[in-house]
Amino acid sequence: MQLNVNGQNHQIDADPEMPLLWALRDLLNIKGPKFGCGVAACGACTVLLDGMPVRSCSLPVADAAGEITTIEGIALDGTLHRVQRAWIEHNVPQCGYCQSGQILAAVALLEETPQPTDQDIDFAMTNLCRCGTYPRIKAAIKTAAGMES
Amino acid sequence: MARKKRSIVGKIVRRTFLGLGAAAVGGVAFGVWAVRRDPENPLVADQGESVFNPYIKISQDGTITVITPRAEMGQGIQTTLAAMVAEELDVAPSDLTIAHGPPAAAYYNSAMLEEGAFPPHFDRSFAAEAQRGLMGSMGKILGLQATGGSSSTIDGFNKMREAGATARAALKSAAAARWGVNADTLQTANGTVTNPVSDQSLTYGELAMDAATAEVGEPELRPRSDWKILGRSQPRAEIAEKVTGAPIYGIDVELPDMLYGTVAISPRFGAQPLSADIDAARNVRGVIDVVEVNTQTGNGYGIIADNTWAAFEGARALNAEWGPATYPANDNAITGALTAAIQGEANHALMDKGDIDAGLADPQGTLVEAEYSVPYLAHATMEPMNATAQLADGHLTIWAGTQAPGIVQSRCAAFAGVEKENTTVNTVMLGGGFGRRGEVDFPLYATALAMHTAGRPIKVTWTREEDTQHDVYRPAALGRFRAVVPANGPATTVEMKIASPSIMASVVGRTYPDLPMGGPDKSITDGAYNQPVMVENHRVSAHLADLAIPVGFWRSVGNSYNGFFHEGFMDEMAAASGLDPLTFRLAMMGNDERLAPARACLEKVAQMSNYAAPRPTGKGRGIAHVLSFGSWVAMVVEVDTTDDIHIEKVWIAADPGTVLDPRNFRDQLMSGAIFGFSQAMGQQINFEDGRVVQENFWDYPMMTMGQAPQFEIEILQNAETMGGAGEIGTPPAAPALAAAIFDATGQRLRHMPFTREVSFQQV
Ligand code: FES
Ligand code: FES
Repeated sequence: MQLNVNGQNHQIDADPEMPLLWALRDLLNIKGPKFGCGVAACGACTVLLDGMPVRSCSLPVADAAGEITTIEGIALDGTLHRVQRAWIEHNVPQCGYCQSGQILAAVALLEETPQPTDQDIDFAMTNLCRCGTYPRIKAAIKTAAGMES
Repeated sequence: MARKKRSIVGKIVRRTFLGLGAAAVGGVAFGVWAVRRDPENPLVADQGESVFNPYIKISQDGTITVITPRAEMGQGIQTTLAAMVAEELDVAPSDLTIAHGPPAAAYYNSAMLEEGAFPPHFDRSFAAEAQRGLMGSMGKILGLQATGGSSSTIDGFNKMREAGATARAALKSAAAARWGVNADTLQTANGTVTNPVSDQSLTYGELAMDAATAEVGEPELRPRSDWKILGRSQPRAEIAEKVTGAPIYGIDVELPDMLYGTVAISPRFGAQPLSADIDAARNVRGVIDVVEVNTQTGNGYGIIADNTWAAFEGARALNAEWGPATYPANDNAITGALTAAIQGEANHALMDKGDIDAGLADPQGTLVEAEYSVPYLAHATMEPMNATAQLADGHLTIWAGTQAPGIVQSRCAAFAGVEKENTTVNTVMLGGGFGRRGEVDFPLYATALAMHTAGRPIKVTWTREEDTQHDVYRPAALGRFRAVVPANGPATTVEMKIASPSIMASVVGRTYPDLPMGGPDKSITDGAYNQPVMVENHRVSAHLADLAIPVGFWRSVGNSYNGFFHEGFMDEMAAASGLDPLTFRLAMMGNDERLAPARACLEKVAQMSNYAAPRPTGKGRGIAHVLSFGSWVAMVVEVDTTDDIHIEKVWIAADPGTVLDPRNFRDQLMSGAIFGFSQAMGQQINFEDGRVVQENFWDYPMMTMGQAPQFEIEILQNAETMGGAGEIGTPPAAPALAAAIFDATGQRLRHMPFTREVSFQQV
């Protein structure tokens, strides 16, 4: 099987039913996508598949045809993505465990809706954060969008 | 009815202390030396570096390593502990390399145990301080290295600053010797010692080797007015890793030749497996072996595989049957046990003042009665439990995100039959802790599996379902309260009976089995008996319900439900008095000067939120104040109930005495409050047939982005002693929310989660 991750092709030998998350983490040692629930309920495992956010814990690796982007793939030439920079500016992460997923969900939201309203954010950002960083995530998204927060 | 005479608190503390102390030194009484003597420095200098104390190493190449021996689980403690060193050492925090360090007695936490003393935080009498001193020295004697009780900043405040100051003095003295001048004439800044007269300078790296042997006296710490770093918000030390998905957590550990595994432990606590389809599990593609796991924390199976998902599938294929429960096996039976306990004799009453029976028999005002309850709760850290272990050549190595590395070391070593000296524990970042990661089960299971891998390392990751069903739960609790409240006045009599299993007994029995722990478990009534109120006849009693369901520390511990009990009942008393909830609270404090921080926080939050202003239809505002972990926190919650309930806005005024990092302190308050709202809105752990019903986030929900309110936070610094940050936002959240809903709808919520009776907006 072949996987295209962050612009690179990888040959893997896996059970086609294996969720993309575990292929990335255990077979390719790409640890940015995290395991939280395994049932598409939390978003910690979020990756972009052709730009769309997907929950990789619930996507069989055989169905992951397309360009996969993980958190490791959004910085360009060593420059952090504007969403990552906004995250730093607002001191968003606490334990940080949900944040790879949150950041990718935010990247996808801003691609789709460059100037999101509070409601847009509430609807798009369904990733869970047990540390309760939501208020700062919201503020950071607005900063990344170049809006007042 | 005659009641048995209860022993006074001082006696109880002495008994608790001696019980623990004797255990620590093998039954021999210890002397002052045991408290005075400093534990050994665990740091060993590598080639070309100097160790200054257990917290600071400096190498010739200029690398300054600071050991922050408290677990970083999101509370930002590494940043704050490092800032304390930076303040005294004269280096930029960003120039420090931060590490968790090895487990060691030198990293004992005395503030955590001091918090276990019984007197209320505002009692600073000689006797109260003596108790705190005793409890604190216990932490040192036991060498207890743990992160919890919102104690890390308080505990580190002097230790870390002194470490920085002594290192700086040593570096100056080394420079003085080189230049043949008096050290007092030298200056330090940015990791460099300068002689302002000759304009010579040397970096700390250049001086490191000489400085190691320099003799220095007691350092003088800088006064607050001179602080350049402390008191100001610092960027989080590990933020770059956390926005780039770096492999910093236990679950990210990857080692050469590593295997992957999981466990299937009996969901009936303590039960043995009856049957399992081992062959089916072995036949799963990628599964290498299935082994039995028999530990003090649970029995079942370990699945060894070449990837995590295969291990999960193997565990599923086991289809195991488990032995019966030896404890009340469902919610009704548990409620029955709590009810029986509350109807029985009290086990202790840490608040017992005046004459309750006389006060209740001769009511001068309205008799108010209420029953409150809360269910069991899981921690649900975002990163499921996991640990990595390797047992090779008689050496055991563990990688774990742990809040208690010392206990992990000794327990896993004993289990593997390896000497403690041959056991290394690497503490990695925690994807959430909240008390859950102070347990030993996850590293213990990794150790158990590592005993079957012929020296290969194995990472053992739990499924979310395994995590939810094998937690050490926040216990269920039941409260029955009575009070006599005159019109327009504070209550003259307040009686609070609280029934719950003992967290301390469960934790000590499971995690510190060699430690006999006598005396009352303060956590049962913590947050109810020690609040800033002055009542003539006042009794808060604990009624122990003996349930063999594992319970443990859950963010804010007893305060997580007692804050709700105390403040919820406060509102009911206020209603009976005819006063509004704010005025009644202020009246309940009397004129006691020591309670000034509570008054200031309440008045501040009322002003911020415009609490007294009339509410539009459908909107309600509720207020609560809880003193926990040495910090005073007042909160106002505003809800909109026109449709399903939405928490719109939250105002907090909090006083922890001294704030070292204001932004992080605010973030912790928000985090704690959201944790409290999650609890209040919809979380519960139910039991059926001896096992936990809930499995995953879909049936154990937490607050979402769309449900999260806006926050406005003010920090006050009136209190004289320093308080905690990590847990204090949680206790007032549920009662302030209940009060806001009552304010809008007239419906009194006395049982968590509130979704039993009302609905919250889903986005
Ligand atoms: S781990 Fe995939 S959604 Fe939770
Ligand atoms: S930062 Fe800890 S779960 Fe989101």
